[in-house]
Amino acid sequence: MNLQEYKGVFIYAQQVDNKIDSIALELLGKANDLAADLGTDVTAVLIGSDVKGLVDELAEYGADRVIVVDDPALKEYRTEPYTHALASVINEYKPDILLVGATAIGRDLGPRVSARVATGLTADCTVLEIGEFKARGDAEPRQGQLLMTRPAFGGNTIATIACPNHRPQMATVRPGVMQKKDPVPGSKAEVIEFNPGFEENDKYVEILDIVKSVSETVDIQAAKILVSGGRGVGSPENFALLDDLAEAIGGTVSCSRAVVDNGWKPKDLQVGQTGKTVRPQVYFAIGISRAIQHVAGMEESDIIIAINKDPDAPIFDVADYGIVGDALKIVPKLTEAIKAQVGK
Amino acid sequence: MDFTLSKKHEMARQLFKDFAENEVKPLAQEVDETEHFPEETVAKMQKLGFMGIPVPKEYGGQGCDPLTYIMCVEELSKVCGTTGVIVSAHTSLCADPIMTYGTEEQKQKYLVPLAKGELLGAFALTEPGAGTDAQGAQTKAVLDGDEWVLNGSKCFITNGSYADIYIVIAITDVKVDARGRKKKSFSTFIVEKGTPGFTFGTKEKKMGIRGSATYELIFQDCRIPKENLLGPQGKGFGIAMHTLDGGRIGIASQALGIAEGALDLTINYVKERKQFGRTIAQQQNTQFVLADLATKVQAAQLLVYKAAMAKATQKVYSVEAAMAKLFAAEVAMEVTTKCVQLHGGYGYIREYDVERMMRDAKITEIYEGTSEVQRMVISGSLLK
Amino acid sequence: MKIVVCIKQVPDTKGGVKFKPDGTLDRAAMLTIMNPDDKAGLEAALRLKDQFGAEVTVVTMGLPKAEEVLREAMAMGADKGILVTDRVLGGADTWATSTTLAGAIRNLEYDLIITGRQAIDGDTAQVGPQIAEHLDLPLISYAQDIKIEGDSVIVQRQYDDRYHVLKAKMPCVITALSELNEPRYMTPGGIFDAYDAEITTWGRPDLKDVDDSNLGLAGSPTQIAKASDKVRKGKGVMMTAETPEEGVDYIMDKLLTKHVI
Repeated sequence: MNLQEYKGVFIYAQQVDNKIDSIALELLGKANDLAADLGTDVTAVLIGSDVKGLVDELAEYGADRVIVVDDPALKEYRTEPYTHALASVINEYKPDILLVGATAIGRDLGPRVSARVATGLTADCTVLEIGEFKARGDAEPRQGQLLMTRPAFGGNTIATIACPNHRPQMATVRPGVMQKKDPVPGSKAEVIEFNPGFEENDKYVEILDIVKSVSETVDIQAAKILVSGGRGVGSPENFALLDDLAEAIGGTVSCSRAVVDNGWKPKDLQVGQTGKTVRPQVYFAIGISRAIQHVAGMEESDIIIAINKDPDAPIFDVADYGIVGDALKIVPKLTEAIKAQVGK
Repeated sequence: MDFTLSKKHEMARQLFKDFAENEVKPLAQEVDETEHFPEETVAKMQKLGFMGIPVPKEYGGQGCDPLTYIMCVEELSKVCGTTGVIVSAHTSLCADPIMTYGTEEQKQKYLVPLAKGELLGAFALTEPGAGTDAQGAQTKAVLDGDEWVLNGSKCFITNGSYADIYIVIAITDVKVDARGRKKKSFSTFIVEKGTPGFTFGTKEKKMGIRGSATYELIFQDCRIPKENLLGPQGKGFGIAMHTLDGGRIGIASQALGIAEGALDLTINYVKERKQFGRTIAQQQNTQFVLADLATKVQAAQLLVYKAAMAKATQKVYSVEAAMAKLFAAEVAMEVTTKCVQLHGGYGYIREYDVERMMRDAKITEIYEGTSEVQRMVISGSLLK
Repeated sequence: MKIVVCIKQVPDTKGGVKFKPDGTLDRAAMLTIMNPDDKAGLEAALRLKDQFGAEVTVVTMGLPKAEEVLREAMAMGADKGILVTDRVLGGADTWATSTTLAGAIRNLEYDLIITGRQAIDGDTAQVGPQIAEHLDLPLISYAQDIKIEGDSVIVQRQYDDRYHVLKAKMPCVITALSELNEPRYMTPGGIFDAYDAEITTWGRPDLKDVDDSNLGLAGSPTQIAKASDKVRKGKGVMMTAETPEEGVDYIMDKLLTKHVI
C-alpha cells in the first residue's frame, strides 16, 4: 500500500429519507479542522437515490467536493449496496481519512467497508486530532497522523488510537460531539457523479417492511436524560414543573421512593434500591435528599446534577454538580433557558 | 484436604446467585409483607431444575451432588428465607425419602414429577401434642383390605396446601411390653393432595418466613392405597429421623444464607451511613463486631458444607447434620440481631431487609429439631 | 440447521467498575461474564434450536481462561464449544480478531452465524460485520427479532426511529442486541454436563485461509497511541445559588459544555 497516494479528508454524508442527517454536518465541521491542519480539502460522499439536491447543503456546511453515488438500488439503506458504493469510492479516490457517523447506520456500514478495503477502524470517537505517532517498528514518529480518541468500557477508560500503515484512516464519530460550522449560504462544491454499478447478489437483503416505531410506555431505564424528583418537590402539582423540564430537554421524569409512597407518581418511575437502577447520560436529582436507597439506583449515571435547599443533603456527595437553592424557582427558569437554547 | 470449590460448583453458585438476585430478591419484601407464597418463583425454579438438584437424572433430577443443592438453598436464603425453605422442605423432606426408601414404582410415580418440579412436596411428622417428643404422635394408620385408613392431624407443615405430595408418619401398631408400657411403631406414607378425607386446617400466622405456607393437616378416614406405604412397615420413625438428618443440612444452609445475606447488607450499610462526621464503618466497634460475625459465618459455612459432603459419602451423618444446624442457626440469630443493631433505627424498619432477616432467622433454631434436640443428638453420640 | 455463535468473555461492570488506588482500572478484581449482547445472540440461537432443531456451536477467541464462557454457553444448551487461543493471536484489534474468527469458522458448517452487536469492554460493534465481510456473507446487524422461513431468515433490524423487516438468504451473519431477548439461565445439571464435556481448542495452525500478516498485534492496522483509565469521580463541585438565575446559568453552562444540549 502506497500511503502517499491517499489524500484528503472524506466524510460519509448520511442521509435518511433524502434528508441530510445532522451527523454529516458535524463531521464536515471536524473534517474542516483536520483538513486545515493537513493542508488538504474536504470531500463528502453522498450515497442514495435522487439525492443530488442535497449537495448544496453539504457545500454550505464546508464540503469542498461532493462525490455522489446515486442509484435506485440505494433508495433505502442496505448494508451491501452501500458498502459497495463507499468501498468503490475509497478505491477510486483514495482518501487519507474517512469519517463516518457512529449512528445505527454508520456502525453497520463502517466495519463492513473497513474490512472490504482492508484498513483499520476506530469506533465511536469523541476526539480527533492530527499529530505525530511513532508506529510499532518505526524509529521516528510520523507526522500528520490521525489520532482518534474514544471511550471504552462504558466510559471508564479512554484510549487514543492511530492507524499508521493502512489507508484510509477510518473512524466512526459519536453524534453530538463535534461542532457544525456556521453555514455559508450560496457556497458551492465541486460535484462528481460516480456509479460503480449495482448488481443484486446473495449479499443483498430484501426489505419486506419499514416500521416507524411509536413511543410506548415510559421506560426510565432507557431514558438518556432523567429528571428525577423527591419529597422536596412538595406536591404532585409541582411535578408539572419537572414534566416541563423533561419535555424541553428531551428527557423523562422519574422519582424517589418517598414520592411513590405519597402516591404522587406510579411505582414504575421509582429509582433506587427498591425501584429501578438507571444509568442515563444526565440525571437531575431535584429535591431528593435521603441518600443510600436512592443512590444505589442512579450512581452510575454519567452526569448527576442535584438541586436541593439543604447544603448538607447526602445527594451532594454523589452529584457532579450540586446547586444549593430553591428547586421550585430554578426549574421553571431552567426550562425556559433550555427552550431558548434549543430554539436557536 | 482442599477447601476450594470446584469450577462447576463455582458456576452453579453463580447461577443460584444470579437467580436469587434477579428473580427472588425483588419479591422478598412483598412475600413477607403480604404472606404471599411465591408460586411464580417456584414455577421458575421448576423450569430450571432447582426442585430436583440432587436427584439422579434417570428420575427426572439434575444429577448433582448434595453440596450443589445446599448452595442453592444458601443463595436463595441470602435474599429470601421463605424461598429457601420451600426448596429445602420439598427436596430434603419429600423427594429425598422417596429416593432413599421408595420402590421403583413409587419413584416413577412420585419422585420423577417431584424432581422435575411438576409436583411440590411436604413432610408431616409434628402434631399438636408431639413436637420435640415426636414419639408422642397420635395419628394412626390402619390397614383395611387394600387401603390404609389414616386418622389424626399434623401441624406446622411447611408447603402445606400448596404441596401435592405429603410424606406422613403415622402409628401402625401399639404393643404393650412386659412392664405394661405401650410401645408405638410408626410407618411412613405417601399421601396425595385431594385424597378424600385429607383436608387442611388453619394457616399459621408466623413471625418470620411469612411467605412459606404453614398449615395444619387433617386426616379423617383418609383412605390411601396399600402401595403408598414408604419403606418397611414399622420402620417409619427411623425413616423420619434419617430424613430429618438430611433436612437439617438444608435448614443449616438456610440459616447460613440468612446470616450471609444480613452480613453483606450490613457491610454495605456501614460504609455509607455517617454519624459524628464519619462512616460507622470507621468506628472500631463496628469493625470488631463485623470481624466476629464474618468469622462465625465462615465457620458455619465450613460445618454446613462438611455435612453436605458427609451426606454424599456416608450412610449416617446425624452428628454432622446436627452440628451444622445447631451452629448455623445460632450464628444466623446472632448475626441478624447484631446486623439490626448496626443499622440502628433503620434496622427496625421494614424497608430494610435485615429486619426481616432477623425474624426469619429465629425459626432455624426451632424447626426440624430445635437447637436443644441437636444438642441431644450430638451429646448422645459423644456419651453413648 | 447449524448455527455458530461467537461469544466473548468480558469483565463484569454491573457491580461497579473497580479501581486501583492509583485510579486505574483493576481488571483482576472484576469478575468476568459472557458479553451481554453475545448472550442474547446465544439465546436467539437456542430458541431456534428449540423451535426448529439445530446444532449450536459456540466459538470464542481469548486466553485459555475464556473456556469458562464456553462451559457457561453449554450449560445453557449449546452443543459444542470451540476455544481459539494462541500466543500469536494476542493483542488483536477488531480487524485481526475478525480475521481469526473467520479463519476458525471456515472449518465449520453453518447456516447462520450470530454474534453480539458489541462487547461491553470495547464497545466497537465491528467484529460481527467484519466476519461477514471476510466470509462474503450477507449481514443483518442490530437484530431485535429473528425468524426462519425456508432457506431464509426474516429479521427485524432496529434503527433509531424505525425498524426494517429484512429477508436474507442463509447462510448469513446476524448481530444481536441484548434487547433481543431475555437469555435463559443455565441449569445445575447443564453445568455438570458442561464440565464433563470436551472443549475443542484451536491454535494458529487450525485457522483456515488466513495470512499471518492479518493476525495478532502485528496484524492489527490500528495501534494504541495512549490509553488511560478515567479517574473515578468522587464528590463533584457545589455552588450556592443566591438567586434562581444564578443556578440556571450555572446549569446551562454545564449542559452546553457537556454537549447535553
